[in-house]
Amino acid sequence: MTMPEGDIVQFDNVGLRYGAGKEVLSDISFTLYPGSFYFLTGASGAGKTSLLKLLYLAQRPSRGAIRMFGTDVITLPRARLPAFRRRLGVVFQDFRLVQHLSAFDNVALPLRVSGVRESEIIRPVSEMLEWVGLADRADARPATLSGGEQQRVAIARAVIARPDMLVADEPTGNVDPELALKLLRLFEALNRLGTTVVVATHDLHLLKNVRESLIMRLDKGRLSDPTGALRYPPRRPFSRMEEERQ
Amino acid sequence: MSWLRMERKAQLVPQARLAGPMPWVIAIMVALTTIAAAGGLALNNLAQAARAELSGGLTVQIVEAEPAERERQAELALSLLANVTGVETAQRVADSELRELVEPWLGEDIGTAQDVVPVPALIDVRLSGPVTPEKLRDIRALLKARVPAAQVDAQSSWLAPVFSAISSLKWLAAGLVILLGATSAAAVWLAARSALGTNRATIEIVHLLGGSDGQIARIFQRSVGIDALLGGVAGALLGAGAVLLLGRQFAALGSGMVAGGGLGWADWLAIAGIPFAGVLIAMFTARLTVLAALRKML
Repeated sequence: MTMPEGDIVQFDNVGLRYGAGKEVLSDISFTLYPGSFYFLTGASGAGKTSLLKLLYLAQRPSRGAIRMFGTDVITLPRARLPAFRRRLGVVFQDFRLVQHLSAFDNVALPLRVSGVRESEIIRPVSEMLEWVGLADRADARPATLSGGEQQRVAIARAVIARPDMLVADEPTGNVDPELALKLLRLFEALNRLGTTVVVATHDLHLLKNVRESLIMRLDKGRLSDPTGALRYPPRRPFSRMEEERQ
Repeated sequence: MSWLRMERKAQLVPQARLAGPMPWVIAIMVALTTIAAAGGLALNNLAQAARAELSGGLTVQIVEAEPAERERQAELALSLLANVTGVETAQRVADSELRELVEPWLGEDIGTAQDVVPVPALIDVRLSGPVTPEKLRDIRALLKARVPAAQVDAQSSWLAPVFSAISSLKWLAAGLVILLGATSAAAVWLAARSALGTNRATIEIVHLLGGSDGQIARIFQRSVGIDALLGGVAGALLGAGAVLLLGRQFAALGSGMVAGGGLGWADWLAIAGIPFAGVLIAMFTARLTVLAALRKML
């Protein structure tokens, strides 16, 4: 398969099974391009989270090939994977905040892991917390934050290091519609700066709110391509299809 | 505000410090290692001092029942030994000293007893070097010809079983030190595994955010290192206190042999290194444990 230069992620006939169980993902092939905004949809148990795990390098596939930023990450030595992970921002479905760290320190974590100097951390983290409306909760531990607040901290942590690709698993699941929209705007702003965004959601209303978004649908571990997003060049963004339909 | 934040830079692995079991386990191990090491070093010093004192020593006994003949042969032996190359000193052990030596067995009324049980005349000989079998044979041959009642023995040969026992104790102490070191490493390994289990979620997050194995291992190393240092210093102080107390009690015995088992500054320096060795073992063990666990993750 000949792909254009500069693709961010390329999956080729990827399959995933846990242990000796049956495949939870089968024959997954797609390419994600820089600066695109993708929605990954599908019913519960369709394999969205498993696909995202492959995307944020938490899992190796059982078969197939995955290239990321032009490199085959399947055969890549373990020691080189952290450098790839630092180019990704991840919003986990269960937030995965470090419980004994404050909101500030949780958001600062990717910067500290990347070796950013302490003096260069304070301002961007404070600004990010302000943006997600948690400036006054900077010192709060996750256990004292509401679900929505924890989710905002998780999102702030995912975007603080300006990743090349943002992977978000149901990022608006615990917030009110107004904040959900605000967070989507943040993702869009990040996307306009060149970050590829992949948002897994089952909230179809969300899809309408991002123009120029592309949709990937998983059904029982197999990928369908209703918007032609996975072809190159993409046929039409999902929003335009919606407009045409209306 | 900014400096406050820097001061409060969070630790990824929460530190239990003295509330956790690690410092106390290390403290006990270091205290026991300190006592074992001090014991081993003291025994080594004792053996060396005794050997140095006795290695060049010979005892000539004139075993003659007739006092006048005994006296004559003793004087002759002294004059012969004075002309032997390699003999530094040859001194007759004074009668008063001999009386003191036999007093526990023969009682205070030694004058009468001497008439009944003749006590040999003793000559203490010091050679310039250690007593070799050749030197011993030569001196025996020299005396045998003109002093028939002379019996020559190397002083070190009397204490050979004692040296052998001291040597065994020394190796026992060394074995104990090694065993305690290995036990400390095993305890740290268990503690590191436990800490790893407790902090698994944090480690996974840092791992997924791009933290390298080395970075995560360093976090654990530092945490374990601080705990080990706290415990090590406490254990070393406890152990050194026990060693000083034992040292005083042994010194009070007033035995010449025990006095040779004192600890020198080099020994104390080696003992002072034990807690630091403990910290290094703890950090190294923690690093290996964490790296092994991380290798199981992608």
